[in-house]
Amino acid sequence: MMRRYQPFGFVLFVFWCAALLITPMWADNYVVRIAITMAMFSAMALSWNFIGGFVGYPSFSTAAFFGIGCYIGALAQRADAPMVASWLIATIVVAAFAAALGAIILRLKGHYFAIGSIAIVELTRLITSSWSSVTGGGNGLNVPLLGGSPDEVSAFVLYVMTVVMIAAFIVTFLVDRSRLGFGFRCIHQNEDAADMVGIDTTRYKVLAFTLSALFCGTVGAVYASWVGYIDPTDTFSILLTVKVPVMVLLGGAGTLFGPVVGAVGFVFLEEVFWANFLEWNRAILGFIIVFLIFFLPNGLLRIDYKRLLRKRTGTVTGAAKS
Amino acid sequence: MSELLRLAGVSKSFGGIHAVSKVSFGLKKGEIVGMIGPNGAGKTTLVNLITGVHSLSTGKVVFEGHDVSRQRPFEAARRGIARTFQIVQPFPSMTVFENVAAGSLFGGGSNIAKAIERTEEELAFVGLNDIRDIPAASLTLPNRKRLELAKSLAMSPKLLLLDEVNAGLNTGEIEGAMNLIRQIAARGITILIIEHLMKVLLSVSERVLVLHHGEMLAEGKPDEIVQDQRVIEAYLGAKFAGRMTARKS
Amino acid sequence: MDLVQIFLNGLVLGTLYACIAVGFSLVWGVLNIINMLHGSLIILGGYLTFFAWHYLGINPILSLPFVAVILFSLGFVLQYLFINKVVTEPVLTTLTLTFGLDMILYNIMTVYFTATPRRVTLDLGTVSLLEIVMPVDRLLGMVLALVLTAMLYIVMRGSRIGRAIVAVRMDNQAAALMGIRVNQIYAITFGIGALMAGAAGTIFAMVFPVTTNLTGAFLGKAFVICVIGGLGSVPGALVGGIALGIIESFSGFLLGPQHAITVGFVLMLLLLLVKPTGLVGKRGYE
Repeated sequence: MMRRYQPFGFVLFVFWCAALLITPMWADNYVVRIAITMAMFSAMALSWNFIGGFVGYPSFSTAAFFGIGCYIGALAQRADAPMVASWLIATIVVAAFAAALGAIILRLKGHYFAIGSIAIVELTRLITSSWSSVTGGGNGLNVPLLGGSPDEVSAFVLYVMTVVMIAAFIVTFLVDRSRLGFGFRCIHQNEDAADMVGIDTTRYKVLAFTLSALFCGTVGAVYASWVGYIDPTDTFSILLTVKVPVMVLLGGAGTLFGPVVGAVGFVFLEEVFWANFLEWNRAILGFIIVFLIFFLPNGLLRIDYKRLLRKRTGTVTGAAKS
Repeated sequence: MSELLRLAGVSKSFGGIHAVSKVSFGLKKGEIVGMIGPNGAGKTTLVNLITGVHSLSTGKVVFEGHDVSRQRPFEAARRGIARTFQIVQPFPSMTVFENVAAGSLFGGGSNIAKAIERTEEELAFVGLNDIRDIPAASLTLPNRKRLELAKSLAMSPKLLLLDEVNAGLNTGEIEGAMNLIRQIAARGITILIIEHLMKVLLSVSERVLVLHHGEMLAEGKPDEIVQDQRVIEAYLGAKFAGRMTARKS
Repeated sequence: MDLVQIFLNGLVLGTLYACIAVGFSLVWGVLNIINMLHGSLIILGGYLTFFAWHYLGINPILSLPFVAVILFSLGFVLQYLFINKVVTEPVLTTLTLTFGLDMILYNIMTVYFTATPRRVTLDLGTVSLLEIVMPVDRLLGMVLALVLTAMLYIVMRGSRIGRAIVAVRMDNQAAALMGIRVNQIYAITFGIGALMAGAAGTIFAMVFPVTTNLTGAFLGKAFVICVIGGLGSVPGALVGGIALGIIESFSGFLLGPQHAITVGFVLMLLLLLVKPTGLVGKRGYE
């Protein structure tokens, strides 16, 4: 909160957004699809960062928020609501859901919270699968298709996802330099002390949890509009719910740019390996995770690069950084 | 002088254990009151009850005329009740400055600019200015205690509850701590200090409360308390207490 | 259907469930690690048993000890090489690591063994008493499950290793000071967890078809049972397993089979909020 910000990161971020936005002008649909995925997961990673990075509660509920966003968005569109309105409705519903759920589930800590948050994903998936009259159950749901050629559709979705990502980033920035973000970090460091110092920890945690859900809901609704067909297994996916925290860990949890760096890096790796080793893609994901935990425990952005460079050139100057 | 805090018939039981039984007392504004009692007497539980960490089984806590029996810890903080912990509770990776600022931002209800101002003041007051940028986890014990104090003061409290603030300090450090406490009282802050080093407590308190097995055993000026038969018995046991009085007469 | 039949079905199923959960509960209770590999280890045990039976003609009861040894070794190595390094890290790290390792194991199994459902069919017929019908292979499974669970209980209570494990669980620093090689104990505990998983898989394969598609379901059940019964104790897993079995049996009858699992999850969530330490459980780690 009282830190000075390096302009370098922001400049890079602006360039990155621009790079994403001009992709449809030079690349084919395949590359645009990857760009969409990067923007999408960046938004979700930035979301997760609020509860997992700042406050330090290991939430695995991302897929629940994404899935609900998909279904609410889809259902709204099928009821003839305008597309953007459907996205907004989905966002609001997911936020309300997270706020209500958070008040209950954030009483748990550590392992119990982690398990409770995974159980939410399972539960929402089971409910969605069973409630066939509304959700189409296991058969899935068709969403009215976006008009236009495949290229136009992809470009449009990319623009929207990038906007959502930028929105998530702006909120992260505002939180980071505000009293709210400071409070989040205090809770992470020592929740009892945070209580005693005057922080309404329950309210702050619920707020963080809601923020972690908001953008996932939007992303879900836009995703549903994009793909035209959703089903419970793909949307409430345990894989997705674990990938997002891993992306944030890769980039650096609790940092401003970490989630974006991690999401982009992860999606890139996934594409490289998935394209070439389809059969083994799960194992490769597993290897990435194991590697991450052993060699990059704090994420890419927290490595003391200067010290690493000093070691390579053989000069060791001064005491180690704390 | 008006009354800042009043406890009336406060009790707390954990399952079958009666940690605190029907304790009643009052604190006037600007007093320094000491609380003593052997380990397990319920002193820390009492502090937890005043600050809302535990709920009361019976009784009332009234602060500045308001019934605060059911408040939560953060509400107590915002009302102006600050406390220190026996085992210090900093925000370990944050700097000394940030730790103190937290007190001002939240308990003290300041905006960021005011918080920075208050932090500067309190850091100077406790003498931690030189090391304001190092992480709290790497402080020595006496400095951690100072940090805890600075953080509490940054909350602009009306009442400061000091729980065994001298645990782990040597004689010189204890003297320094006590001087600091006198200076805090001089600022008009009401202090309740829990100690079980008799000499220290008696030198600083205007009034002393004695807790034993969760009950208020005695209450009065320091020199009265030291002579009180019940207090002597509680600390030394009936046999020795008998010997002491026999020797005196 | 007769209520008694439903109850007994649940009871028998519950003992199998207890066997599934007991290894998971031990690892969580002692090492404070949520072992996401557990489901895959169960299926691995089931597959190995099937292959021994199908290709080598070995009776599953005979192959049980071998499966146990193989799984124990696998678990021991995994813990020693990988998981020991992160034992003191927060939940996010340990859970994600075991998840990553599980993805590797899962992939290896689906590529080399495929997801075809497999079951050891022993054709032992059914037994009926007073209008209650029970397939013999299920009864056999129940007996084996109880025997295994009892053996684990005896080992934990009576053997030196068992005592060492309990000591490490209570206070690993004190245990180290008393000469216990904590890292080794961790590896042994995880090995035992894997062993029990594999054994559970063996028993399950005698009764139901097993496939890699079930790894998640088994893991989910293990979670639920631990929350119901409590962590780190064999009696807890037994109570939790039987409770879940009976609850699922009745829910399946009253609401339909697809909702039986949902009921388990809802129950788990409710318990997490009300009494996370479970019906039997001691104070687990957070």
